[in-house]
Amino acid sequence: MPEGTLCNKKPVDTAEGITTLLADKSGKTYYEEMKKLEINSDLLWKTIQNTCKSRIRTWLEICAHCGMCADSCFLYLANDRDPKQVPAYKIQSTLGEIIRKKGKVDNAFMLHAMEVAWAQCTCCNRCGTYCPHGIDTGIMFGYLRGLLYQQGFVPWEMKIGAGMHRVYNAQMDITSEDYIDTFEWMVEEYEEDYPGLTVPVDVEDADIMYTVNAREAKHYPEDLAEAAILFHIAGENWTIPTKGWELTSLAMFAGDWAACKMQVESVYDAMERLRPKRMIGTECGHAHRATVVEGPYWAGRKSGRPPVESIHYIEWLAEALRTGKLKIDPAKRIKEPVTLQDSCNYVRNHGLRETAREIISYIVEPGYFIDMSPNKEHNFCCGGGGGFNGIGYFRKQRNVGLKVKRDQILATGAKLVISPCHNCWDAIRDLEEEFEIGIRWSFLKPLILKMLIIPDHMKPQEEDQ
Amino acid sequence: MHALLTGPVFYISLGVCIIGMSIRFYQYFKGLSWQLDRVAYKEYPMMGFKGAVRSIYKWLIPYGTYGWRTQPVMAAAFFGFHIGVVCIPLFLIGHNVFLKEKLGFSLFTMSNPIADLLTWMAIGSLLFLILRRLVLPEVRIMTDKKDWGVLLLSLAPLVTGLMARYQIGDYSFWLNTHILTGELVLLAIPFTKLSHVFLFFASRAQLGMDFGIKRGGLKGSKMTW
Repeated sequence: MPEGTLCNKKPVDTAEGITTLLADKSGKTYYEEMKKLEINSDLLWKTIQNTCKSRIRTWLEICAHCGMCADSCFLYLANDRDPKQVPAYKIQSTLGEIIRKKGKVDNAFMLHAMEVAWAQCTCCNRCGTYCPHGIDTGIMFGYLRGLLYQQGFVPWEMKIGAGMHRVYNAQMDITSEDYIDTFEWMVEEYEEDYPGLTVPVDVEDADIMYTVNAREAKHYPEDLAEAAILFHIAGENWTIPTKGWELTSLAMFAGDWAACKMQVESVYDAMERLRPKRMIGTECGHAHRATVVEGPYWAGRKSGRPPVESIHYIEWLAEALRTGKLKIDPAKRIKEPVTLQDSCNYVRNHGLRETAREIISYIVEPGYFIDMSPNKEHNFCCGGGGGFNGIGYFRKQRNVGLKVKRDQILATGAKLVISPCHNCWDAIRDLEEEFEIGIRWSFLKPLILKMLIIPDHMKPQEEDQ
Repeated sequence: MHALLTGPVFYISLGVCIIGMSIRFYQYFKGLSWQLDRVAYKEYPMMGFKGAVRSIYKWLIPYGTYGWRTQPVMAAAFFGFHIGVVCIPLFLIGHNVFLKEKLGFSLFTMSNPIADLLTWMAIGSLLFLILRRLVLPEVRIMTDKKDWGVLLLSLAPLVTGLMARYQIGDYSFWLNTHILTGELVLLAIPFTKLSHVFLFFASRAQLGMDFGIKRGGLKGSKMTW
């Protein structure tokens, strides 16, 4: 059986296709079918010839096999320094081998390559900053994922995720109506506490267009309310688009480049339609990377920038605190040992190393913030990046991978971990569940809300007044 | 034999090395693609240039980066070896006399005691790197025949050079072997991993442009290497 009914080389681009895949619990049949999936070696080799240019070819060629990247990889450290977890070995034995064999590889090889590409690398790009030659293995794994996706060797959840973007322009099956309804419903819930609270939809020429992670609408609607309240208190002129509201891209994790393009273009279309001054995305790492950092290139924008200035939520928060749009009650600042999880996707990969620390200077009582070591752009991946968190097939490997973050957090002695990234937030929640080290974790929005000074005119009026 | 090695073979190997690497350098930069690499190289030439220069010079400074500092012993061996193999071929008095005779120009020269020291340092460091390759599992797992070939090829001119220098045994034999192995290195540079002699700069420049433009550069943030 060369092509399975569930596991095959075709992307999923219908709602029925997604439903069928989802019905296959944990992808049991999907992975069975994968074991018989044939490789189209001609296509594989042709794709490599067309897309693997001097940068990656030179990286693979000049790699001195010196092993200096070993210690930079959290998965190498978490797996008791297993030499098979050395980044250079991982990429040479997968992508390197495919190229050496001119695409003539077999099913067993591709199954192995899939495990390495999704369970032994989170594309955190830390190794790239520790290689004397500047070889970024994370980038190469991103590229390898694309080749594997094209051949149908992609974890079940990633195939579904990429399909969701193709069908719903969102990582989950949430339509525009669902999204707007949820946002409006959440705002109504808080109207009494914050008179005048609204969610402006499709307003043209606003100062801010806000974009989110679909799972906020699906599983964590409080997050939407918190965003609305914070914009309201800050007095921002903001809006949400009915289309193009999803910031994330599971398609990026899957290596489905066509879906990546479709997804970011939906957001860019919203920017062009509504002409906001700026786009602000929610507290998510990979979403920022997909839409703001990598997206312009998928969409063929030579400037390397989205149509309007696009910033991460922490950049807006830092600015709002700095300019006094949001004011913190000093008595309510955090007074317990607290640390910060730097997201690889916007710290190492977009230079925002000081932004969250500026926010911390406003919200944490001096003396209570303890940085992890290493930190900023040298911080380790949370353990669940690059889609790792979401792949049931590789859950065991993911749980092992969490050990490095666990030890980093333990070393700080912090009881609270601030994590302005959905993926990191999940990984830290899961590591607490797995290892029970007695920590709490939080996004910034709920923390800030608890300590905000609310101007009198924004407070609810007593009925008898 | 000596005349052949110092005559046509020398010109050919030097020519192959320079022309070969010029072609490879050209091909490297021609092969960079803003869309495939996802770096807007041409849109921000100045930021790219600054990022590239930073990325190169930081890594050329011993202990100048987190990478070097996390592995201090490896860094010592690395620089001990590379300082030797870059400085000795270029700045040894004997080499420059030869250069003047063959090409009509010479470079800055260093005294022989310093050259001796650098050579011993390079050999000692290289032996350490060989030992490291044999002992550390994370290095051993990747080591292949090509790696050994490159290591031995790099060791040969150093050892034969010293044999000739101290006139142990047949001087002319060691001198000719030294010239031959040196020329083999030149010939091998464009076709093997030794291409990193030049492509190191290309690869580091590329990653530097990536950080200098896309990954933080446009945000005004400089990568802390």
